[in-house]
Amino acid sequence: MGNFYTDNPDLKFQLQHPLMKRIVELKERNFTEKNKYDYAPQDFEDAMDSYDKVLEIVGEICADIVAPNAESVDHEGPKLENGRVKYASGTQVNLEALKQAGLMGMSLPRRFGGLNFPIVPYIMAADIVSRADASFVNIWGLQDCAETINEFATEEQKMRYLPRVCEGATMAMDLTEPDAGSDLQAVMLKATYDEKTNQWYLNGVKRFITNGDGDIALVLARSEEGTTDGRGLSMFIYDRRNGGITVRRIENKMGIKGSPTCELVFKNAPAELCGQRRLGLIKYVMALMNGARLGIAAQSVGISEAAYREALNYARERQQFGKPIIEFPAIYEMLSVMKAKLDASRALLYETARYVDIYKTLTHISEERELTKEEKEELKKYQKWADLFTPLAKGIASEFCNQNAYDAVQIHGGSGFMKDYPVERIYRDARITSIYEGTTQLQVVAAIRGVTTGAYLARIKEFEATEIKPELETYRRILVAMTQAYEEAVKKVVDANNNEFVDFHARRLVEMAGFIIMGYLLLMDTNRDHNYWKTLEVYLKFARSQNEQRAEFIRYSNVNDLGKFKVV
Amino acid sequence: MGLKIIVLAKQVPDTRNVGKDAMKADGTVNRAALPAIFNPEDLNALEQALRLKDQIPGTTVTLLTMGPVRAAEILREGLFRGADDGILLTDRAFAGSDTLATSYALSCAIRKIGKFDLIFAGRQAIDGDTAQVGPQVAEKLGIPQITYAEDVLFVKDGAIRVKRRLERGVEIVEGKLPILVTVNGSAPACRPRNARLLMKYKHATTISERAEKSEDYMALINEKPYLNIKEWSVNDIECDREQLGLSGSPTKVKKIENIVFQVKEAKRLTDSDSDINQLMKELIENHTIG
Repeated sequence: MGNFYTDNPDLKFQLQHPLMKRIVELKERNFTEKNKYDYAPQDFEDAMDSYDKVLEIVGEICADIVAPNAESVDHEGPKLENGRVKYASGTQVNLEALKQAGLMGMSLPRRFGGLNFPIVPYIMAADIVSRADASFVNIWGLQDCAETINEFATEEQKMRYLPRVCEGATMAMDLTEPDAGSDLQAVMLKATYDEKTNQWYLNGVKRFITNGDGDIALVLARSEEGTTDGRGLSMFIYDRRNGGITVRRIENKMGIKGSPTCELVFKNAPAELCGQRRLGLIKYVMALMNGARLGIAAQSVGISEAAYREALNYARERQQFGKPIIEFPAIYEMLSVMKAKLDASRALLYETARYVDIYKTLTHISEERELTKEEKEELKKYQKWADLFTPLAKGIASEFCNQNAYDAVQIHGGSGFMKDYPVERIYRDARITSIYEGTTQLQVVAAIRGVTTGAYLARIKEFEATEIKPELETYRRILVAMTQAYEEAVKKVVDANNNEFVDFHARRLVEMAGFIIMGYLLLMDTNRDHNYWKTLEVYLKFARSQNEQRAEFIRYSNVNDLGKFKVV
Repeated sequence: MGLKIIVLAKQVPDTRNVGKDAMKADGTVNRAALPAIFNPEDLNALEQALRLKDQIPGTTVTLLTMGPVRAAEILREGLFRGADDGILLTDRAFAGSDTLATSYALSCAIRKIGKFDLIFAGRQAIDGDTAQVGPQVAEKLGIPQITYAEDVLFVKDGAIRVKRRLERGVEIVEGKLPILVTVNGSAPACRPRNARLLMKYKHATTISERAEKSEDYMALINEKPYLNIKEWSVNDIECDREQLGLSGSPTKVKKIENIVFQVKEAKRLTDSDSDINQLMKELIENHTIG
């Protein structure tokens, strides 16, 4: 009889951020649907109350059903039966509970049967589900693929597919192939248009497809014969009921074992075009990936939460040398740094989600009516920030999640290495977060332009100028000093005028920017609720030393390093 | 043709998490110290009703409870899970009712609801553990009853087939509608609250709950009549007042004792035939078995 939402005040705190006022106002189009749908909110307070209460349902299901099933799901895993995927029995129970609770299609418009929730409460649900069972969020959370249909498909396609998602149809995004992983331009799956049947058909193989046997899939395929790069790729919607795809195998993975990762064989699988030809990779996959990356950031934060809690409980209970091990500095330091990383990555996750909310909603509104000049500027600003913050959130949250899982096992000592404690599963589940939907290294590639163009610095300077309570001034000074060191490091690397040198230091620079940004976010959180001062203190001690380490590396580095580090 | 189903439910103190102050000095339950919840087996009963609603188009589920004003909380919980409406039977005249007076009041309320096909109730409530109210309601209404139900196998052509969970096994029985069925805790758990229904009904109140609400809220209720949860007092049902409340309750509590369970001395047995025979003999003698 637990509740993973109400037992975690950090979630409610993030939900009640001041920017929610604007987000809800936009999302609800000034509450014009209140008399059209019996579940639409009357006003801002009513909407916020609904998010809170619905998250309470999520928290209850996760604590009472999903988390208790996690061990058996990990053990049993999905099975391949006659070319189809059969979920582990616990997964089936979880999915049924979330369907009954009406938690599919959370962010889709009401006219399709969705809840019309902003991204923030949806991401919060993903955060909660991930704490309960990281593998399950991969099945439930793929509902955000529907966002791509909602954004780019025709009205007629939306009417056919989106209500099904809201009723519980699961989704998949079929991108990766054996020879096209990080480099999706190499996708070869062939899409051919048949004039006679007036229909597209897909042929080829996809690999590493999460929930590959889902009811509705978005498929990236080569529609332009003779092309070899990204401009020959289009996006397709595939309906599982039409057949043509066989699941050839389910991968045997290290973690998130409850989530079926499939190899798919397409044999004349009928599909329909989504959006325009040739824009598959360059436009739609980019949109899809940004949403998915935010989802992985949420998954990472949820796993971090689970790891931290397991470690904390164990450290309180485990007695050695006549006292609970939590009383030893070596242990409590680890725990408080875990908590600081957890809070910092959560702050970054929801800040990013808020940016995405505003810009996505304004984009949708721009299709309904012309935006005012102010709104256009607002859209541009938030889109820029969302693009800047998404790779940071995914990259850093997933790395922190791995570090927390590592430390959680460490705190368990030998017991943590045994299958007897959940922390062992958490450790394995954490590992994928910094790999899929773009490795950390690729997040750095996406983020480095924000460093070299000064976009992160500009945002940092805005944070710096925010008004805070006088007693928090000392913390700001630390962040100002960190920013100076960051600026010097960036200057040194950029001044070398060598792209490879920039790439060489890219991760260091991106992390420095990210650590400063999270510092400001925690500072503003502390400004809003003084209870965060301890997290802020611990975090700044950690982050300052981390940034100093990176700055030091760069200080004593020059282009000659490239030759020294190059491995042949 | 859809069924008309009534589910009887009770708000109870959560006796599953009893602390030191769970009982008052006079031996009655200290309701203030325990959170009030939807009686667990009544949730199992509600689930059976909702499953029939899922299967048979046009079926409606009405939740009926008797209790103080705050018992409307469980009616909302029922609406969030898919019940069509709720009725709160509340009046000082019902205070102090034992199971007999309770079932009398409930049966009068059910008569007022009118025609029905099925009544579901939890086997028993966790505060009293009597398992009497369901069967007594059936008797007062003069309809058949099936107790200890674990699963409704089907409802068809005016009949119901039910799997009963009994101490020594399972029994499958059929009965004619209208009928009352009490449901065991071993039946499937109730579905979770539904997000859309929660958002639709979260503002639903009874007239007593509305006493101190704002004008805006009253306007909302007028606009959306489904937000009104029916509240019936003794004046709304046809009944003999003598059979209600304390005067209608023959049960008298003589004494209440606190019992502390103690672990008796353990005995270690080997798996030899003689030890097992000896144990069997003892168990038969002290009537643990046989």
